[in-house]
Amino acid sequence: MQAGIVSYGAYVPRYRITPTEIGRVWGADGEGMGQGLNVHRKSVPAPDEDTITISTEALRTALIRGAIDPQTIGAVYVGSESHPYAVKPTATVVAQAVGATPNLTAADFEFACKAGTAAIQTCLGLVGAEMIRYGVAIGTDTSQGAPGDALEYSASAGGAAFVVGREHVICRVHRTLSYTTDTPDFWRREGQKYPSHSGRFTGEPAYFRHVTECAHKIMEASGTTPKEYRHVVFHQPNGKFPQRVGKQLGFTDEQMRYGLVTPYIGNTYSGAALIGLANVLDHAGPNERILVVGYGSGAGSDAFDLETTDALAQFDRSHGRPVQSYLDQGVEIPYAVYAKFRGKIHMGGS
Amino acid sequence: MREVGILGVGQTKFGELWDRSFREIGIEAGLEALVDAKLSSADLEALYLGNMASGTLISQEHIAPLILDYAGLAGRHLPSMRVEGGGASGALALHQGYLAVASGLYDYVVVGGAEKLTDVPDATATQITASTADHEWEVVFGATLPALWGLIARRHMHDYGTTREQIGQVAVQDHEHGSKNPLAHYRNKISLAQVLDAGPIAEPLGVLDCAPFSDGAAAVVLGPMEEARRRSETPIRIAASQVACDSMALQHRADPTTLESTSSAARRAFQQARRAPKDVQVAEIHDAYTIAALVSLEDLGFVEKGKSGPAFAAGEFAHGGRVTVNPSGGLKAQGRPFGAVGVAQVVELVRQLRGEAKERQVPNATVGLAQDVGGTGATSVVHLLERAN
Amino acid sequence: MSVARFWRETPRRYNLGGSKCSVCGTIYFPPRAVCPQCTHHRQSIEKMLPFQLSGEGEVLSYTIVHEAAEGFEMQVPYALALVKTVEGPVLTGQVVDIDPATLRIGQRVHATFRKLREEGKAGVIHYGYKFAPVEDADPRPPPRTPAATAPATDGAPGDRAAA
Repeated sequence: MQAGIVSYGAYVPRYRITPTEIGRVWGADGEGMGQGLNVHRKSVPAPDEDTITISTEALRTALIRGAIDPQTIGAVYVGSESHPYAVKPTATVVAQAVGATPNLTAADFEFACKAGTAAIQTCLGLVGAEMIRYGVAIGTDTSQGAPGDALEYSASAGGAAFVVGREHVICRVHRTLSYTTDTPDFWRREGQKYPSHSGRFTGEPAYFRHVTECAHKIMEASGTTPKEYRHVVFHQPNGKFPQRVGKQLGFTDEQMRYGLVTPYIGNTYSGAALIGLANVLDHAGPNERILVVGYGSGAGSDAFDLETTDALAQFDRSHGRPVQSYLDQGVEIPYAVYAKFRGKIHMGGS
Repeated sequence: MREVGILGVGQTKFGELWDRSFREIGIEAGLEALVDAKLSSADLEALYLGNMASGTLISQEHIAPLILDYAGLAGRHLPSMRVEGGGASGALALHQGYLAVASGLYDYVVVGGAEKLTDVPDATATQITASTADHEWEVVFGATLPALWGLIARRHMHDYGTTREQIGQVAVQDHEHGSKNPLAHYRNKISLAQVLDAGPIAEPLGVLDCAPFSDGAAAVVLGPMEEARRRSETPIRIAASQVACDSMALQHRADPTTLESTSSAARRAFQQARRAPKDVQVAEIHDAYTIAALVSLEDLGFVEKGKSGPAFAAGEFAHGGRVTVNPSGGLKAQGRPFGAVGVAQVVELVRQLRGEAKERQVPNATVGLAQDVGGTGATSVVHLLERAN
Repeated sequence: MSVARFWRETPRRYNLGGSKCSVCGTIYFPPRAVCPQCTHHRQSIEKMLPFQLSGEGEVLSYTIVHEAAEGFEMQVPYALALVKTVEGPVLTGQVVDIDPATLRIGQRVHATFRKLREEGKAGVIHYGYKFAPVEDADPRPPPRTPAATAPATDGAPGDRAAA
């Protein structure tokens, strides 16, 4: 039996802020910024949330939905660029919090926004080689943009967990491949609080080149064309890039309908493509083909040629919240509260 | 077991005593009690000191010999020991002194209570207060002591229809009583509107529902009852001294609106003294948070469960009511130097029963009750005092 | 707090690991070495078995804390509750993801996993249970409709966090 996705869960924090509110503080046209980026709101984590807590919530949902005994998990990999510790794994806390310890391997992945998809590929290898029964891949971020920077209008928080196994596969993996180069479009140096980026260089030579090349290569390898796919999910640093790349590749708005979540929750970085995929699986029926193309700055793309199975019809999606509810709901906060929640205020005292 | 009398009492002013050290206030209260007892230090055989948190408050443990030393008694090598039971430390020390005299082991002992709170910032004092709750399963999860009493208040309101106004009336009455007490931390009167409008601490409780952080010390001298009778025209007898404990965390109590440690200690105390709540004219009870007074009045047996709010608001526990509660001003107005509180309650009762309480005197008081509580009620101590002439 | 002091409680704080008396069946959280319910406590010694709570429960009482416990300063005002779990034990914990003003006794909640506090900027981070409201209004299964095209507000108008 081939390795595939056997369960999944997503989590997005409750709070939201609008580009208009952010622009108001910096004397910028926030509304125009939001429209330009196609980001209406972005999620904000509460002061007691981080990559560890978001990953744990997403994975707990996935384990209950899939009725998976945590002790049968052989690997937990958490992909993020906002691990709470520089040294000390996110994955060990998450594994302990879901009751998967101690007989498993665990590690943190970092590859800008594609660490979560890289974790899925690793799990596919381990499960496919029958080294482990279940592998967990999580993509989560509580990303930050420097105050006033363009990134601040989109950088948000959220994550999704995928369980890879061989039994009761709800989404088959026909193929996965990657496209990787050394392209410095976005980075964060050790000890720096906020990332830096190379402005418009993040577009054509970075995001568009890697996503387009990777998508072409996987469709070529699979002998498919865009019309074979019911759904497509791209990495979505904003709401505009994935729409443009989708159009360039020949995909329709209808195919991107469920996979595009950034306009409603912002860019969840390592969580972005995975929450998009979770939303697709929330809505999909059996035997629907899905193309996923992730992207991580630095730079690389991971592509997945997927197809839902008959087992999806029996899959219990009732536990945990559907992604749609995170897109529709949320509590808007003003910038001052956002700044407090995100630690942007310099606190006095000893 | 022989009868035990209180021969002398002493107490410092309660409040922010910026220019006075822990050892100074401890000695002042003790010496006053000794003089009041008409004894000399040569008569003393042991010292019991109630103190809750000297280690964290003044970085000083091992305080019992320290006080003994500065009382000039180190050369006599008397036994001196600290007793700790959270906010009930003072009354717990009194219980130990009572047992020592009742057993015949010692004839004359001093029981002191002292605490110095103002040498740490308020935030630190708040944390130290919370340390009398269960650190691992309450405080780690965001509980403070007022928050836990806030949980008790909300549930009492829910179960019995107790109103925010009735709870607030406790603070109003305490300040009214405290205004007549020269030793009180607060001597200003406050209105119910002020209590209700005060900033929130842990809803439904606000700033004026919470007792202040005070410095202070109190002391009593205990001795055989026949000596008390011989030395005084208004001898005071400890008719009962009882301690009862309960689960450490509020979450483990079957009913969060009942202090079973208080009801158990009170039941045993009334049994020991062969008395009933109706025999009591004056009571000093726990009111570190206003709701505590209402719950305590019920659990001490002064009013039916759930009925304390209306009864209190009707003035049944004010001067002229059926029992005068906290004529000193209570912890709320007289002040709250943790370990000194339980001893100060008894100092007030002795002054009331002797008829020495001046403008706050409860007429014809012959039986008094003191109740000291630690944390949210993991420890309760109840004493019954009688004028025995 | 020392690292070890918190770390040794993680099975309880992360996973709600309690205990069950195999003599009388009473469930406890945190776990106990002897059963207070058994008339002769000795009969329960070494018969207390591990038992994990589900995290489902309802609010027995609550308070809204304005003067925070140490480490909770950034979250004021926050709701703290006594939560009676479906298995019986009562837990003390924050209720998050709710406008505190709407909290009521009887509110159904479930355990969630959050940061409890940090040992300063350089120290370890402590995690554990808090509670979140169970919202009966959760749309499930998800409606097959496109995502809203404009930012929507949720069902609690005027609910602005800590504002």
